[in-house]
Amino acid sequence: MTDQRLFEGADWDFPTLQRVHDACEEIAESELGLNVYPNQIEVITAEQMLDAYCSVGMPLFYKHWSFGKHFAYQQASYRKGLMGLAYEIVINSSPCISYLMEENTATMQTLVIAHAAFGHNHFFKNNYLFKQWTDADGILDYLDFAKSYVAQCEERHGRLAVEQTLDAAHALMSHGINRYPGKKLPDLRVEEKRAAQRRQHEESMFNDLWRTVPTGPAKSVATLTADRRRALLGLPQENLLYFLEKTAPRLHPWQREVLRIVRHIAQYFYPQSQTKVMNEGTATYVHYRIMNRLHKQGRLSDGNFLEFLSSHTNVVFQPDFDSKYFSGFNPYALGFAMMQDIERIVTNPEDEDREWFPDIAGTGDTMGVLRDVWANYRDESFISQFLSPRLMRHFRMFHLHDDPAETAGIKVEAIHDERGYRRVRRALSRSYDVGFIDANIEVVDVDLAGDRHLMLRHTVLNGAQLNDADAKRVLQHLADLWTYNVSLVEQDATGKVLKEYVANPRGLAAVA
Amino acid sequence: MVAIHIVDRRLNPGSKSLENRQRFLRRAKALVQQAVKKSSHERDIKDVLEGGEVSIPLDGMDEPRFRREGGTRDMVLPGNKKFIEGDWLQRSGGAGGRPGGAGEGDSEDAFRFVLSREEFVDLFLDDLELPDLAKRKLAEVESEGIRRAGYSTAGSPANISVSRTVSRALARRVAMRRPKQEDITALEEELSACSDEARRVELLAELEILKAKAKRIPFIDPIDIRYRRFEPTPKPIAQAVMFCLMDVSGSMTEHMKDLAKRFYTLLYIFLKRRYRHVEIVFIRHTDRAEEVDEDTFFHGPASGGTLVSSALQEMHEIVRSRFRPADWNIYAAQASDGDNSTSDSELTGQLLTEKILPACQFFAYLEVGQDAGLTFEMPDSSIWSLYERLRLAGAPLSMRKVCERSEIFPVFHDLFQRRVRQEKAP
Repeated sequence: MTDQRLFEGADWDFPTLQRVHDACEEIAESELGLNVYPNQIEVITAEQMLDAYCSVGMPLFYKHWSFGKHFAYQQASYRKGLMGLAYEIVINSSPCISYLMEENTATMQTLVIAHAAFGHNHFFKNNYLFKQWTDADGILDYLDFAKSYVAQCEERHGRLAVEQTLDAAHALMSHGINRYPGKKLPDLRVEEKRAAQRRQHEESMFNDLWRTVPTGPAKSVATLTADRRRALLGLPQENLLYFLEKTAPRLHPWQREVLRIVRHIAQYFYPQSQTKVMNEGTATYVHYRIMNRLHKQGRLSDGNFLEFLSSHTNVVFQPDFDSKYFSGFNPYALGFAMMQDIERIVTNPEDEDREWFPDIAGTGDTMGVLRDVWANYRDESFISQFLSPRLMRHFRMFHLHDDPAETAGIKVEAIHDERGYRRVRRALSRSYDVGFIDANIEVVDVDLAGDRHLMLRHTVLNGAQLNDADAKRVLQHLADLWTYNVSLVEQDATGKVLKEYVANPRGLAAVA
Repeated sequence: MVAIHIVDRRLNPGSKSLENRQRFLRRAKALVQQAVKKSSHERDIKDVLEGGEVSIPLDGMDEPRFRREGGTRDMVLPGNKKFIEGDWLQRSGGAGGRPGGAGEGDSEDAFRFVLSREEFVDLFLDDLELPDLAKRKLAEVESEGIRRAGYSTAGSPANISVSRTVSRALARRVAMRRPKQEDITALEEELSACSDEARRVELLAELEILKAKAKRIPFIDPIDIRYRRFEPTPKPIAQAVMFCLMDVSGSMTEHMKDLAKRFYTLLYIFLKRRYRHVEIVFIRHTDRAEEVDEDTFFHGPASGGTLVSSALQEMHEIVRSRFRPADWNIYAAQASDGDNSTSDSELTGQLLTEKILPACQFFAYLEVGQDAGLTFEMPDSSIWSLYERLRLAGAPLSMRKVCERSEIFPVFHDLFQRRVRQEKAP
C-alpha cells in the first residue's frame, strides 16, 4: 500500500504518464493477471486525432479520396461542435500503440491508459479471433509496405488507374474476408517480402522470346467436367476479392497486389467487428477495476476519482429504446454490465444463477473465469452463453419480430420473463452474428468455355434483399475488375429466383 | 516489467489527411463547383472570398457496398415498460422504436463540408481566364530592377566592400613580406638599449631597410579595393489597375448600382488572383466626371445630365498622370443604364478608340436594367448602339446586358470563359 498520489489536479506531464502507466501495470499484472503486448503511448493533438479517424484509425495508410471525404465531413461536424473526439485510439499491434489526446486531464489520461493500454491490449493479445486472424507484429510494417506500394503503382501506372482499382476493391471489401481459418497463420512480414520477391523474379525472368514460341493445339475443354472445373477454381467462393485476385483473367499483376492489400486489411479488421461488445466490455471492466484500486490505495484523490466516475457513467449509459438518444445497444454498457454480472455470479451467486451457470457460479475465481471468457468467445457466443436473466431484467429487454407481410404490425415475440429469457437471449446473440449481418454472396460458376461470364448468387435470408442502387454499383465495379459480364441472382432458401442483376464491364480498369 | 515508450507526437506534421482531402476535391470538382456557384448566388458577393460551407449531392461520390434491406427483422431492445409477450405494435408511430437499420447512410445523402477561402475562390474562378488581347503587353510586362552581382574594381565609395578589401590587402602584405610593426618596434628598442657601436650600425642599417620596405609596401593599396557591384535586371511587374466607371445620374437606380457593384467585385477578386498588386480607381460621372472613393462612388448623391465622354476623358487623364501603360495592366469596366446625350456619341467613340482602348488590357461595358426586367427585352440604348458599332468595326470591347443579380455571375463567366482557340484550327 502506498499513500502517494500519482498527481494532483488536472495537469500532467510525461513523468506523470510514466508513473500512471507503472501504477496501472502493477495492478494489471498482480491483481488482474493480464498478459499484454509492450505499450507505446503517443500523445497527439486534436487535429492529429481527426487525421487518425479518417484513415480507419491507422497511423499510416495509403492515399485515397474516400478518406479525404470522411475527413472533410468529420472536420465540418467537429468544427460545428456536433461531435466530440474520442479520448483515445488503440491499435492492435505489437507494441500496442495508444493515442492519447493532449487535451485530456490527468484523470482522463489515467483512465485511458488503463482502458486502452491494458484492457484492449490484453484482449488483442489473448482473444482467439485476433490470434487467428491478425498479425500484431507485422501490421505496421505491412501498412507501410501497402502505402509505398500504392504510391509506387500511382507513379508507374497513373493515379486514375490505381484509384479505379481501389474504388472497386473498397466496394467489395466486406466480401474480401476468409471466414474459415486456413492452415497458415497470417504473417504480414512474409507477405511484404513475397511481393518484392515476386516482382524481382518477374523482372529477372522476363524473356521476350517466350512470346514467339508456338503453342501446341488447344487441349480439348470438354474433358473438364463442370464439377472438376469448379473444384479447380475453388468454387463456390465467398471471398470475392480473393477469387478476383487469383482468377480474374485480365488483371495486371499490380492490380492483383492491390486487391490483396485491401483484402488483408479487411481481414485485419474482421475480428474487431465481431467483438465490439466484448472488446469494450473488457476494456471498461479493466479500467473500472484499476481506477478503483488506485483510489483505494490513495494514489487517486477523491476529486479525481469523482471526475473519473462521471465520465465512466457517461460511457456506460444505455438509453431506452424510446429515448431520442437511442441508437441500438451501447457496446460499452452491455459489455461492462455483462463482465460485472459474471463477477457477481462467480463470487456471489443466487439460486437462479446456480441453475443457469452451474460451471462458474460460486467458484470464486473471478479473474480466472473472465480471462477464459476474454480468450475464447466472440460477441455472438459470449451473449448466448453468459447473458443472465438478471441482466435481461435489468435492461428490461424485449424481442420484436417485424414481418412486412403482417398487417397487424410488429409483434412482441418475447420479453424478460421466465418464458422469454432464452428466446430474447438467442435473438440478441444472433443480431451480433456476422453470418446474419452480412449478405451471403458467393461466386458459383464461370462460363469458361463460352463468354467468361461470372455468376454470383445471393442466398436471401429472411427475405432481406440487396439495396438495388448499391448492388448495381458494386456489381459494376466487380465487372470492371473481371472485365467480362457479371451476373448476380438472388435466391431464397427454396431456390426460387427473386431478382437478377447483370453488369457489363466499362473496360477501363484493366486496359488502363 | 514490460517496456514502455511514451512518444510525444504533437510536433509531428499534422494534416496528414490534406492530400486525401485534395484528392476528394479533385474527384468531386464538378459537383463542388456547382455548389460553389450556387452558394455564391445566395451570399453577398463581398463574402465570396470568405470560403465556407458547401453541400454536394452524394451521387458519384458514394462508396457502394452490398447492403441488405427489407425482409423480416428481429430486434432486441432495452427499456420495456409495458409490453408483454404477444402484443402487437403499430408500425407507424413511435411505439415500435426505431428500426435497427436507422442511421445507415440516410443522413449522408447531401454531403456538407467546409471549404477554405483559397479552395473556394479557386473553384469559383477555376474555368475563367484573362482575355489575352492580341498578346500585346500582357501580364508579363517587365520593368528594370537592381540586384547584387559580385564585386568590381571600380565604383562609388559608398559601395566599398570593407571585408573584401581588407582581406585582399592582408593577402598582399603577407605575400610581399611587408615588415610587421612589432618587428620594427623590437629593433628600435634593441637599438636604444645597445651600447656596442658596431652592433648599432648594423641594427640601424637593418632598421632602415625595414622602414623603407614598409613604406614601399602600403598597408592598403588602391589595387586591394573592391566595390560591391549591382546589375540592372528585368523584373516582371505584377500590378494592375482597375477602372470602375459608372453613370450616377438620376436615372441609375439603387438596383442598377448594386448590379454594377457585384460585377466590379467579381472583377476585383479575379484580378487579385492574378496580380500581386491591384489598384482600383473609381470614376463617377453625370455630365462631368470626378474620381471619388468607393463609398461616394456607390452611395454619394449626384445629379445632372449624362456625358460619357467626360468619364473617359477623366480616365485618360489619370492613366497619363499615374498609370503608365508600360508599367501597369489596365482593366476598365463601365456600367451604365445606357443613356447618353446624342451629341456626345462622336466624342465618346473617338476617345474610346484612340485613347482608352489602346492603353487597356480589357474594357467591358455592362448595361444594367431595371429590376425584374428581361434582358432580351432591353431596347438598344444609345451607348449600346454606339459600342456595338465600334465593336463591329473591330474595337476590342466586351459588352453585356444584365437585369438581375443572378445574371451577374453567368455574364462574368461568359466574358472570361476560357476560349476554345479557333484560330489554331486550319
